[in-house]
Amino acid sequence: MNRVIPGLPLSLGITVLYLSLIVLLPLGALVWQALDVGWERYLAIMSGARTMAAFRITLSTAALATLFNCIYGLALAWVLVRYEFPGKRYLDALVDVPFALPTAVAGLALSALFAKNGWFGGPLAQIGIEVAYTPLGIAMAMAFTSIPFVVRTVQPVLEDLAADVEEAAATLGASDLRIFARIIFPAILPAFLTGASLGFARSLGEFGAIIFIAGNLPLKTEVVSLLTFIRIEEYDYPAAAAIAATLLGFAFVMLFLVNMIQLWQQRRIGTGD
Amino acid sequence: MAREPLPPTNTHPPRRIRVGDGPLARVLLIGTVLLVTALVLVAPLLAIFAEAFRHGMGAYAASFSAPDTQYAIGLTLFTALIVVPINVGFGIAAAWCIAKFRFTGRNLLVAMVELPFSISPIIAGVAYLFVYGAQGLLGPWLAEHDIKIMFAVPAIILASLFVTAPFVARELIPLMIAQGTEEEEAAVTLGAGGWRILRLVTLPNVRFALLYGAALCNARVMGEFGAVSVVAGNIRGQTNTLPLQIELLYQDNNAVAAFAVATLLTLVALVTLVAKAIIERLDAARVKAQGKPGH
Repeated sequence: MNRVIPGLPLSLGITVLYLSLIVLLPLGALVWQALDVGWERYLAIMSGARTMAAFRITLSTAALATLFNCIYGLALAWVLVRYEFPGKRYLDALVDVPFALPTAVAGLALSALFAKNGWFGGPLAQIGIEVAYTPLGIAMAMAFTSIPFVVRTVQPVLEDLAADVEEAAATLGASDLRIFARIIFPAILPAFLTGASLGFARSLGEFGAIIFIAGNLPLKTEVVSLLTFIRIEEYDYPAAAAIAATLLGFAFVMLFLVNMIQLWQQRRIGTGD
Repeated sequence: MAREPLPPTNTHPPRRIRVGDGPLARVLLIGTVLLVTALVLVAPLLAIFAEAFRHGMGAYAASFSAPDTQYAIGLTLFTALIVVPINVGFGIAAAWCIAKFRFTGRNLLVAMVELPFSISPIIAGVAYLFVYGAQGLLGPWLAEHDIKIMFAVPAIILASLFVTAPFVARELIPLMIAQGTEEEEAAVTLGAGGWRILRLVTLPNVRFALLYGAALCNARVMGEFGAVSVVAGNIRGQTNTLPLQIELLYQDNNAVAAFAVATLLTLVALVTLVAKAIIERLDAARVKAQGKPGH
């Protein structure tokens, strides 16, 4: 960009050194420990019934939480962008609550709400739905902590959407649903998928909010992050390394996916800007 | 005979017809979203305070007199006091090189800065254990020199540094890119040095984003649970930060105390969000007045 402004060597040096010490060194150590486990032992750890169950539970509840946030997040972004109503500013501020509130506090609050005598737990128990100590509770905790992702990625794109194509379609007699499906949704799709992927990734690694409400029963309501934690407490470091490295692999796959979506979006817009 | 005046639709610009502007869609969507938000986002906040004050003001206040809880408050404040300034410094350095310069590997560097966001705090904790723990990379060397990092305060600080590294940088980078380099270049021509430019030109332009990034970083440091619970070892009155203390109290069946401590962190979160709202309004006013983003 320029060679006039000073400070590149110093600022770049600080950034690279800090990232190496704080981020890369630990992650490298984790990968090193996982490689040390060896392929056969890794497969044995990962194919164990408890590990398999934890991955199955985590992936399915994260999918459920993401589905909830796809619908609610999209509706929330829509309402914030398209309508004016009293209290809208407060609604917009509330969206960030899950990012600012500590996960342990969120977990504690959810456990109180869904306890048998809680505000939600009581009425739900009467119609036969149990949330606390079930996979539904895990999904609930994951959904709460990842609410902002879809909203905050879709919101700016929806704001920038030009009205003319939509108006032209309406003039030609297209119904609202048809215009949404054919014009609006395709335009926000990349942002929507980015938000959903980020939320899903966050749900896969969630810990604090879940352990308060999940009941944490092996094979039933034990998520991967908790199993990793338990293996550490048992000093079973090879198992902890294997599971944590696998979870790290999932995170990288999700990051790769998000980058692919963004490349696709840039290519579709046609400009790199 | 005078002609009928044209209908008003022809003299005014055509009314905007946009999807979902019908009264039914509008009321249904706003109503549903508000209802779900009340259940999903507002109810948990209210529940924390309701549970904390369940046995009255006295029981609430008494929750803070336990020495362990007071120690946890102190340790949490101490951790934030060290971690936030370090990550503010890192955020400024990272934003300076990424926003003001082009170099090979720049995109990779951006990805590295944001990496901690995508990694489970549990993974972060385990990774630190494999560096500084007894069996870790540096474990033997640390033991030889009698340096204790794991299951002690340094580990809590290191894990918090990892988890909150991106917060300030992520607020500053897009804004500093949007602001360009003209003002800095002008300052160079006038003979200003790097530090002077940073202090008098760049930082004043991004002060709101910097403040907000620091506030978010602070809220996250004080509330970090997963990474800290792996590396802290949960030693009562020694390595318990506030979130760990909450879990401990909850497991001890001391629900009122757990929720009382939780109200402290909830207030930190709410203050952070109010600060964000104020900063955004100030910024919107500034953009209107000057026509440039200044966060």
